[in-house]
Amino acid sequence: MKKFLSLLSAATLSLSLLLSGCGTGNTTQPAENGGNAQQPAPSEGGQAEKAQLRVGMVTDVGGINDNSFNQSAWEGLQQLEKDLGVTVRALESTGDSQYIPNLNQFVKDGWDLTWGIGFLMGDHVKQVATENPDAKLAIIDAVVEAPNVASVVFKEHEGSFLVGVVAALMSKSDKVGFVGGMDIPVIKRFEAGFKAGVKAAKPDMKVVTIYTGAFDKPDLGKSAASQIYGQGADIIFHASGQTGDGVFNEARARKDKGEDVWVIGVDKDQSLTFGKEITLTSMVKRVDEAVYRVSKDLAEGKWEGGKPVALGLKENGVGLPETSKETVPEEILKKVEEFKEKIIAGEITVPEEPTE
Amino acid sequence: MNRLAQIFVKESILVPVVAIILGLVTGAVAMLAGGFDPLLAYQSLLKKVFGDLYNFGETIRQITPLIFTGLSVAFAFRTGLFNIGAEGQFIMGMVASVYVGVMVDLPFYLHAPLALIAGALAGGLWGAIAGWLKAFRGVHEVITTIMLNWTALYFCNYILNTFLVPKGQQRSEEIKETAYISVQWLSEMFGNARLHWGTLLALVAAVVFYVLLWKTKTGFELRAVGFNPHASEYAGMNVNRNVINAMLIGGLFAGLGGACEVLGVFHYQAILSAMPGYGFDGIAVALIGGNTAIGVILGAILFGVLTYGAAGMNFGAGVPVELIRVVIASVIFFVAAHGIVKYILKPLLSRKKEKEVL
Amino acid sequence: MRLRQAETVVEMRGITKRFPGIVANDRVDLRVKKGEIHALLGENGAGKSTLMNILFGLYQPDEGEILINGQPVKITNPNVANDYGIGMVHQHFMLVEPFTVTENIILGKEPKKGVRIDIQTAAKEVEEISRRYGLKVDPYARIEEISVGMQQRVEILKTLYRGADILIFDEPTAVLTPQEIQELIVIMKNLVQEGKTIILITHKLKEIMAVCDSVTIIRRGRVIDSLAVADTNPDELAAKMVGREVSFSVDKQPAQPKDVILSVQNLTALGSRGVKALNGISFEVRAGEILGIAGVDGNGQSELIEVLTGLRKAQQGSVTLKGVDITNCTPREISEAGVSHIPEDRHKRGLVLDFFMSENMVLASYYQPPYNSRGFLNYQAINKQAERLIAEFDVRTPSIHTQARALSGGNQQKAIIAREVDKDPDLLIAAQPTRGLDVGAIEFIHKRLVEQRDKGKAVLLLSLELDEILNVADRIAVIYEGQIVGIVDPRETNEQELGLMMSGGKRMQGGSGDE
Repeated sequence: MKKFLSLLSAATLSLSLLLSGCGTGNTTQPAENGGNAQQPAPSEGGQAEKAQLRVGMVTDVGGINDNSFNQSAWEGLQQLEKDLGVTVRALESTGDSQYIPNLNQFVKDGWDLTWGIGFLMGDHVKQVATENPDAKLAIIDAVVEAPNVASVVFKEHEGSFLVGVVAALMSKSDKVGFVGGMDIPVIKRFEAGFKAGVKAAKPDMKVVTIYTGAFDKPDLGKSAASQIYGQGADIIFHASGQTGDGVFNEARARKDKGEDVWVIGVDKDQSLTFGKEITLTSMVKRVDEAVYRVSKDLAEGKWEGGKPVALGLKENGVGLPETSKETVPEEILKKVEEFKEKIIAGEITVPEEPTE
Repeated sequence: MNRLAQIFVKESILVPVVAIILGLVTGAVAMLAGGFDPLLAYQSLLKKVFGDLYNFGETIRQITPLIFTGLSVAFAFRTGLFNIGAEGQFIMGMVASVYVGVMVDLPFYLHAPLALIAGALAGGLWGAIAGWLKAFRGVHEVITTIMLNWTALYFCNYILNTFLVPKGQQRSEEIKETAYISVQWLSEMFGNARLHWGTLLALVAAVVFYVLLWKTKTGFELRAVGFNPHASEYAGMNVNRNVINAMLIGGLFAGLGGACEVLGVFHYQAILSAMPGYGFDGIAVALIGGNTAIGVILGAILFGVLTYGAAGMNFGAGVPVELIRVVIASVIFFVAAHGIVKYILKPLLSRKKEKEVL
Repeated sequence: MRLRQAETVVEMRGITKRFPGIVANDRVDLRVKKGEIHALLGENGAGKSTLMNILFGLYQPDEGEILINGQPVKITNPNVANDYGIGMVHQHFMLVEPFTVTENIILGKEPKKGVRIDIQTAAKEVEEISRRYGLKVDPYARIEEISVGMQQRVEILKTLYRGADILIFDEPTAVLTPQEIQELIVIMKNLVQEGKTIILITHKLKEIMAVCDSVTIIRRGRVIDSLAVADTNPDELAAKMVGREVSFSVDKQPAQPKDVILSVQNLTALGSRGVKALNGISFEVRAGEILGIAGVDGNGQSELIEVLTGLRKAQQGSVTLKGVDITNCTPREISEAGVSHIPEDRHKRGLVLDFFMSENMVLASYYQPPYNSRGFLNYQAINKQAERLIAEFDVRTPSIHTQARALSGGNQQKAIIAREVDKDPDLLIAAQPTRGLDVGAIEFIHKRLVEQRDKGKAVLLLSLELDEILNVADRIAVIYEGQIVGIVDPRETNEQELGLMMSGGKRMQGGSGDE
């Protein structure tokens, strides 16, 4: 519940960002809107009064229980249903060919907003949006240039910077590790941010990096983790979807044998899934929040498609979860907070591509 | 000819229909146990598939590749081989046709056919590798085709990454429009459903399958070798060559399916993180269809309707995807295990026979 | 003659068993007395095996009852049959090849020492039984290493080990050499002397005359007669079995050999296990004669046929057909050169069992006109050909669109002969053409072989049945360890001499093949 409240406040905060065209740092006050957040907004045009607002989402092939962004997005929508009484529904895709029919299921049925979740659905959202210029669509993790699509991307490098700081300060060795899924720009941002964070906290620290080439191969994740721990690193940050499950498994096995190793999770608070004994912290992407916010804007008549939104530390779109308090000492979290403020203030610019 | 007729005799219609019903009933029990309304779910399924032109068109799109892979598996099966490799052959077909589609510049009347031929050949040659290994090295085709599936998957990703994927993307460039086999006017008629010439090709392939197996000298050899390689060898047939031919032709079907999917549906090829599954579904389709041409088409329709309509059950009745898979599996189980159905129908069928005698 | 004990041990009354489309047993009565060898005689498909499967509990009768030692019993499965002391020696052995003799015998009834199998005790017991009944076996040998005759003894021991008093033998001599058959006859007599009762399923009249006390004849599911062997003769039995008079001796004129058609010189080839199976074999077959090759199974006959038909490569030597060298040609080339072949295993080599009869009739000629025109098959021509052959050779099949699998063995063999003879070959190779067939079919096939000879064809007949060779062949070549050890005239030899040659005990001069 606490999480929910913090989410709400974050939501109200970021509403304004959307309004103001976002990312430029030009904020306006969100006060008036904050009060309306408890119920559906009977705003301009009165369309929302006639028929209940309906928001649908289409998962990628990961499915709705993927412990990752699909699940996170669905949680955002469920929250929306609870708060505003909006009708929400999710359709799971079982193959590439289903993205378009699934998106169309909502669009042709006249739903008010249809979400496509994940980078992989970019082309499909674009096609459906072009074919149905009157429909409203939104997408996470990709930028679709169409007037009727809201695109939300995250500044993963900023959040990764902070977990890099945690890793550097918590490590008892001179090395930490990074396990990436596929070698694509979004994962490169994780790597770049993480490395920058580590260097900022401890300039002499080394980062061992392995790309497994897949997001769904826990066995590869396990062997990569084994390799990195074997080289003496004691903390691994993974940005590799399900492949990361293998990283956690390897850490668990080593922990049981008495080795003092940790994993830093990704996307969601993974300590909830894998346990606090091995999960040091997580680089949380607030997909739920993004979905919630954009959908709520629509409910309140403040829909603005066509403009990509990038959510970073400032917008609370990325960050560390509350649970990290239990695993990371107070003084280190303070240090993290300092870096966070510097990034928000623009004193530190986190690179989007690895420097080495 | 009378084989074709046999398919339509009473029992062979009755048994699959009862099998489907039994499967649906079993699925309904599973849904009831899970707290979902099976009637609403099946209604939603039908509504999804037949409810409007768009979805009907997309269902046809869903069925098309299954006909190809079903024919591929069935063809090999008719010749005594178990082609688990339709998946890999399909993938090879996809990557070859996308390569031609992106990299080659030709007028449409040459470009699309060339891309189709490239896809079919790639799939065929991929299958022929397994055939060659079986014929000359004695390696069982089940082993080789499974391994070649993985080889195809990673080979495909390598080709895509090396030649076709723009930086920062997870998929190839779009193929040139001259290589499209989409049918624009038909798509528009069906509310932009992705209809393409591949469906027609699939039906032609089914006819070719039938004619080749039952009407030609080659088919005679292939079937004879499939049933009894010893007698075929003695009768002067070249068993090894026939094994390779069988896998080659099976692979052609699957490869052509892959090409149609790229040229007609996606117009690009995404990096595959896992097997797309068309070939594996093809095994089920061939099994359902009893390895006959018409059976494969019907099996693909059943399979396609169920898988496409699944989204409707998900959407309309809130049945989760996992439970829908249980429903689909139970229908396929009963259709494939027709022995069970015949056993259940035995009293009915024998009574009918007695009447016929009287 | 032994004293007859009048006590009846097995009585089957009014047994009826129907299968879809046929009545396999129609009110069959059978009475078997204690201590006798009772033959069950009938053609293939007459219903003998069905009846015995009912007695052994594999089938349930639709009507009728079974009495063991005068008590009505219900035999619901083979275990129950065992409990009543009934054992069955199947035609196709049910043995685990990599296991030893003892292990096979005790399988399913192992003596235990705690949780371990007590092999020592078991082996001792097996030896004891085998001594008592004169069944020579090596208890520690593996099944795959021992001869067929010994495997059969293992099967017999299995039933005895389980305490069987009534033994059913299903066509036990079909797979044995003449010597082994003699041994089996001795064994059967021993068993009876020890108080066992034997029911012998067979269609071989000679065996019945040699060992049996009484015989029940079954034709088309019905009992035709049941009589004492002493009161009958082979001709009467054959007539009752087939339903008409049958001639055993093949009616034929002396051969009039002409030119040499097939000439085999110094042929050497390896067997499947890489051992030399053909060891410089030489012989000739002339037009207008039947050359019989006699020998114990496994002396290179199969390899010889395979080399002659192109299925196996020769290492050395030559095969010439009408002066043309066909050594190591492909099967198709050899077939086109004028060789027809009735294979020894009709199911493996002769037919595609899942194909229609029509398709099987053109199995080797489908690629030639008129059956094939530009890659497409002309089914009209194929069907016409099939109809003609089936009518001409009296193949009993419901239609040409029946799968070969559905036909009886005799009709399958007729179909193969029809196909091969119709090719009008210069050389006809017939390998064990009558194996497993009944008297009627054998008569038919022998007639056809002689008919081909009289048309001036060369016929090469390989058979494990000495009777057949003696009756049909014009010259007999005896094969032993991959060589011809002698060529004899059937009119001047006898089984004893041939048996001696077949076992390598005697060599004739002129064994190279030229007389």
